[in-house]
Amino acid sequence: MKTLVIAEHDNQQLKNATLNAVTAAIKLGNPIDVLILGHQCSTVTEQASTIEGINTVLTSDAEHFEHQLAEELTPAIQSIAQQYSHVLAAATTSGKNLLPRVAAVLDVQAISDVQEIIDASTFKRPIYAGNVIATVQSSDPIKVLTVRATAFDPAATGSAQVEQGTVDATTPVKLSSFVSEALAESDRPELTAADIIVSGGRGLGSGESFDLLYTLADKLNAAVGASRAAVDAGYVPNDMQVGQTGKIVAPSLYIAAGISGAIQHLAGMKDSKVIVAINKDEDAPIFQVADYGLVADLFDAVPELIEKL
Amino acid sequence: MKILVPIKRVVDYNIKVRPKSDGSDVDLANAKMSINPFCEIAVEEAVRLKEQGIATEVIVVSVGDKKCHEQLRAAMALGADRGVHIEAEPIIEPLAVAKCLHAIVKKEEPKIVLLGKQSIDGDNNQTGQMLAALMGVGQGTFASELKIAGEQAEVTREIDGGLQTLSLSLPAVITTDLRLNEPRYAKLPDIMKAKRKPLDTLTLDELGIDASPRVTQLSVESPAQRQAGIIVNSVDELITKLKDEAKVIS
Ligand SMILES: Cc1cc2nc3c(=O)[nH]c(=O)nc-3n(C[C@H](O)[C@H](O)[C@H](O)COP(=O)(O)OP(=O)(O)OC[C@H]3O[C@@H](n4cnc5c(N)ncnc54)[C@H](O)[C@@H]3O)c2cc1C
Ligand SMILES: Nc1ncnc2c1ncn2[C@@H]1O[C@H](COP(=O)(O)O)[C@@H](O)[C@H]1O
Repeated sequence: MKTLVIAEHDNQQLKNATLNAVTAAIKLGNPIDVLILGHQCSTVTEQASTIEGINTVLTSDAEHFEHQLAEELTPAIQSIAQQYSHVLAAATTSGKNLLPRVAAVLDVQAISDVQEIIDASTFKRPIYAGNVIATVQSSDPIKVLTVRATAFDPAATGSAQVEQGTVDATTPVKLSSFVSEALAESDRPELTAADIIVSGGRGLGSGESFDLLYTLADKLNAAVGASRAAVDAGYVPNDMQVGQTGKIVAPSLYIAAGISGAIQHLAGMKDSKVIVAINKDEDAPIFQVADYGLVADLFDAVPELIEKL
Repeated sequence: MKILVPIKRVVDYNIKVRPKSDGSDVDLANAKMSINPFCEIAVEEAVRLKEQGIATEVIVVSVGDKKCHEQLRAAMALGADRGVHIEAEPIIEPLAVAKCLHAIVKKEEPKIVLLGKQSIDGDNNQTGQMLAALMGVGQGTFASELKIAGEQAEVTREIDGGLQTLSLSLPAVITTDLRLNEPRYAKLPDIMKAKRKPLDTLTLDELGIDASPRVTQLSVESPAQRQAGIIVNSVDELITKLKDEAKVIS
């Protein structure tokens, strides 16, 4: 049997998380097809055709695929799913929106956030905000999985030139329509791909104070993240939230400033290689996971860091 | 219009769950249980729609053992009008839950089903999307804003890159993100009143649903523990450690 990986993209650019999903697919051991559903997305097809370790890039180009609406993509995936034993996507908001809908029309139980592939039907995944790792086994004929990008290295790209094919577009279902999008724009590295992340919490006290973290981030070529409290307070936008219900990150260095370390926050960053915590409360739980803790007022420590780096 | 709000009984979010010593399952003995926080937000949103005169009735439904009556009553204290309990094993898979909910949808014909985006025990984030597929309707997942105008719902969704707004024809399924609203606290008179609100119980057999599991949990374990770190005494020491010991900056 074969494995199908659903590509994530914006019709221009293949998203990196797709490469992590391909690595998970490679671990399953079967031939891999990558499916691109989009509109005027030929550059994405070209990019995907350079992924090493895959067999075919399948593309279906239609106007109603432009905004990646789950209602429109699901019938297209369903139309070819029986050829596959596994259907994978990255566990991003896009993959999580789409794959359960696909699983339901195939009458199979999806498995979310796979972080380890034991064999073709056995997987490890975090539950309870990552406080427990479950080993689960699926008896469904088609395994529908979302995979955690931080748990799999990105597949190599560059030299491969894989076969390309097409899939017929299904008819539009028109249950939903796209109205608008407000996407964060930043010159800094993307949170889920960054090697260093500087993250701020309620301790920052205001949106203006985040300028301190942006300055530090620019010194380190880092991305900037935040706790839910900082997002809820309106200091920063939602796409910066790290945690159980935000983004899952695992950079080589995570610097948490003014973050207490609630389990829901730790769920999103505790697999970082090195964790630094700056907090004025020496009993803050974040110090229990930090490799290097600095008990200090962040308004003293962060400017000093900026100056001395 | 009727709004159906599926709610799940889960371990309270403040509790740090651990595996049992034999690794067979998580240890939930005597743990405090609550309404899943995302479901509580869904209840609040539905009640607000009723207060605005958009919804006529808010029905809460929970699939699980009898203990979920506690959470159904709590949701009725927040303003839901009546409850439906579908008797099943306490742990039941999202696909089976979605099938149960689909059966209730056929009976009640709600215009909107408002679920949480994710239950904080299994962290599945699936049931709403699955239900939308079974119903053959649109889905507005991870909603941080919801506007109803006639036969349309406009949903602003939290996505990885920022925010996206979709328009859905009703009926539709909507799942809540944390920033949709801040749930109220139930007042004592409302808690008393909730005890007298109707609560029906249905069985899987009555609904004709096969909930046999497709996925077996083989074992559970604690995640790899981090080595205890050190407290540094100054910014200088921190920089030295990061450069020379951890070698993560140069
Ligand atoms: C269902 C659910 C899901 C959730 N999902 C997430 C999630 O995905 N991500 C997430 O982050 N949270 C999440 N939360 C919220 C989580 O429980 C915490 O409330 C939140 O992480 C707290 O954020 P914080 O650490 O910034 O704020 P606080 O807990 O208020 O901590 C602020 C810290 O800043 C320190 N501080 C204050 N001033 C200074 C100063 N001048 N210098 C240094 N230190 C200072 C304080 O000592 C304190 O430790 C979720 C909660 C629920 C119920
Ligand atoms: N047993 C259940 N009973 C009622 N609703 C449920 C149940 N399980 C899940 N749900 C609903 O589906 C949402 C998402 O759950 P999940 O897909 O398990 O992460 C929850 O927030 C609930 O609204």
